[in-house]
Amino acid sequence: MTMMKKLLTSAVASALMVGGAQAEISDKTVKIGYLADMSGTYRDLAGPNGLKAMEMAIADFGGKVGSAKVEVVSADDRNSPDVASSTVRRWVENEGVDMVGGMVASSVTIATTKILEENNKLGLVSGSAASSITDAHCTPNHIHYVYDTYALSIGTPTAIVKEGGKSWYILTADYAFGHAMEADVTRVVEANGGEILGSIRHPFPTPDFSSFILQAQASGADVIALANAGADTTNAITTAAEFGVTQAGQTIAGLVVFLSDVHALGTEAAQGLQLTTGWYWDMNDETREWSDRFMEETGARPTMVHAGIYSSTMQYLKAVEATGSDDSQTVRKYMMEHPINDMFAKNGRVREDGRMVHDMYLAKVKTPEESTGEWDLYDIVRTIPADEAFRPLSESKCKLVSGN
Amino acid sequence: MSMIFGVPAAVLSGQLLIGVINGAFYALLSLGLAVIFGLLKIINFAHGAMYMLGAMATVIMFDALGINYWVALFVAPVLVGIVGMVIEYFFLRRIAGQDHIYSLLLTFGIALMIQGVLTNIYGVSGLRYSMPDVFKGGVNLGFMFLPYYRAWVIVAALVVCFGTWFMIEKTKLGSYLRAGTEDSQLMQGFGINVPLLVSLTYGFGVMLAAFAGVLAAPIYSVTPVMGSHILIVVFAVVVIGGMGSIGGAIITGILMGIIEGLTKTFYPPASSAVIFLVMVVVLMIRPSGLFGKEA
Repeated sequence: MTMMKKLLTSAVASALMVGGAQAEISDKTVKIGYLADMSGTYRDLAGPNGLKAMEMAIADFGGKVGSAKVEVVSADDRNSPDVASSTVRRWVENEGVDMVGGMVASSVTIATTKILEENNKLGLVSGSAASSITDAHCTPNHIHYVYDTYALSIGTPTAIVKEGGKSWYILTADYAFGHAMEADVTRVVEANGGEILGSIRHPFPTPDFSSFILQAQASGADVIALANAGADTTNAITTAAEFGVTQAGQTIAGLVVFLSDVHALGTEAAQGLQLTTGWYWDMNDETREWSDRFMEETGARPTMVHAGIYSSTMQYLKAVEATGSDDSQTVRKYMMEHPINDMFAKNGRVREDGRMVHDMYLAKVKTPEESTGEWDLYDIVRTIPADEAFRPLSESKCKLVSGN
Repeated sequence: MSMIFGVPAAVLSGQLLIGVINGAFYALLSLGLAVIFGLLKIINFAHGAMYMLGAMATVIMFDALGINYWVALFVAPVLVGIVGMVIEYFFLRRIAGQDHIYSLLLTFGIALMIQGVLTNIYGVSGLRYSMPDVFKGGVNLGFMFLPYYRAWVIVAALVVCFGTWFMIEKTKLGSYLRAGTEDSQLMQGFGINVPLLVSLTYGFGVMLAAFAGVLAAPIYSVTPVMGSHILIVVFAVVVIGGMGSIGGAIITGILMGIIEGLTKTFYPPASSAVIFLVMVVVLMIRPSGLFGKEA
């Protein structure tokens, strides 16, 4: 009897252990939610084409993980943390979504990753800029993949100051993101021996930049930096070109510039613009091969965010396959332990704060003479090594970093 | 260098000129609104969308058919004017005589739909349109670098504004228009086709917006949402000038451009609010606007 009891207990115990250790794929489905601005200011840098990139990754993976099928749902977050929060809550609480990808406006990401943390699901953030996403706002439930404000403010200003652009004038979008960017740039410029002559906080959004460009011109600074994004950046660059800023010898530094912005501007207005990017479609055969397929699907060349969405989705599916689980912590642990080597990143690694660190690139926009086509836009002038590009863990305020 | 309130006089003169240029856009747009409200009593919230359509049409016609800027300057407003007349015929006519709020909501809905459809097709990054070669470059005025194109904007806008004012206030056609909206039955009795007159007036009003759109195409990002930003400002301008006052809209437009330009020099963060501040003050002191007739 005791024997029988023992046997039974150990059987039950081992059954429990197997159940615990060999977590399986819930509902026999890997369900992914794609959350992005599908219709507003940030539509073109991620948007509907980002969903295409995600679907390409799933198709390339084979459409299923083992015997579990992969499903995608998508939603327009309208750049509203409220809209996004209720969507993500519904996804993870009622609809069995395991991972949320895309995620663009920083405010949306900060709000939704809290919900993912509460429900222990995973977020793979490809579109957001704020570096606080893996700093003050880090959670064990998300990974920040493509770029952040820290990386962007390191690359361009450092290079320009070293080239002799010592005095700076900053046009800042008058809200949290712009202020953070201005502070980051100021720190980097001064650390490299440059000086800030002045700055203007302009309303967000500003359709007409002529007044501000005129003031920046009158400042006589070597460099006019744009601590803004999207339409504000493109409008400022167009106006600067019209008022002959670069011809008169001043340099424009765009801080958050996407391929879609430069494409909209054209090489004539944007030529010579220096910017930092996490990826460019025309870097090597691997990037070109994928970009050609992307272009067949969408009619446009991918931005770094599109490439990041493809890559992060692929890495996620690989992790689910290897671990046989869609449990967020199991998958995240696997992703941290395995370096990323694909068309998006070489030797990319996910740190404990959730930051995916990889090489960034300093690019210069080609002149109309150098450019051979509408998408032939950047010259990659320098590779910024991963360790230099992102905020070191020693400066981290993230609760997940040991010692904090 | 002489200073005015801590700002070099040269910089200030530059800002004043920029203010006049932006004011010229406000004047053109608010003029169209004033014509439509003054004569038809329609609050046209689709005005920003019509401005956007003018700019989009310019770019699309160039890309698809190679139609150049000068042709677009005439063709785009006419096309948009036709769109406006179709809207008037199929939608606005049905709510004629109702409360103003109906026309406001209807035109607002139409604007959102046009914007949404175009966003789906063209995205929001902006379409590329390069300036006609003759306008490339500019002239150094000593206190600022004036791009030739901005100078052209002032001239073109003022000519069209003055022409419109003259036509409505001083010509026979203008008197028909004003009479037709004052007492349509009587005018119909004189054998004048008032419904056609109404359609044409609405078409003409939105043509002015589209014309401003064509002028904007080479210097601003051409996107499906470009009209939504400027619309509210332009409404404020019309309210300050006095709803429906044609001359008031023109003068107020330029004045507000200048005030905004000065704010951008002295305290930039307030520059998007200053026009509304003026509006509040004007409404408190003269509820019918600077140039409006006292009710």
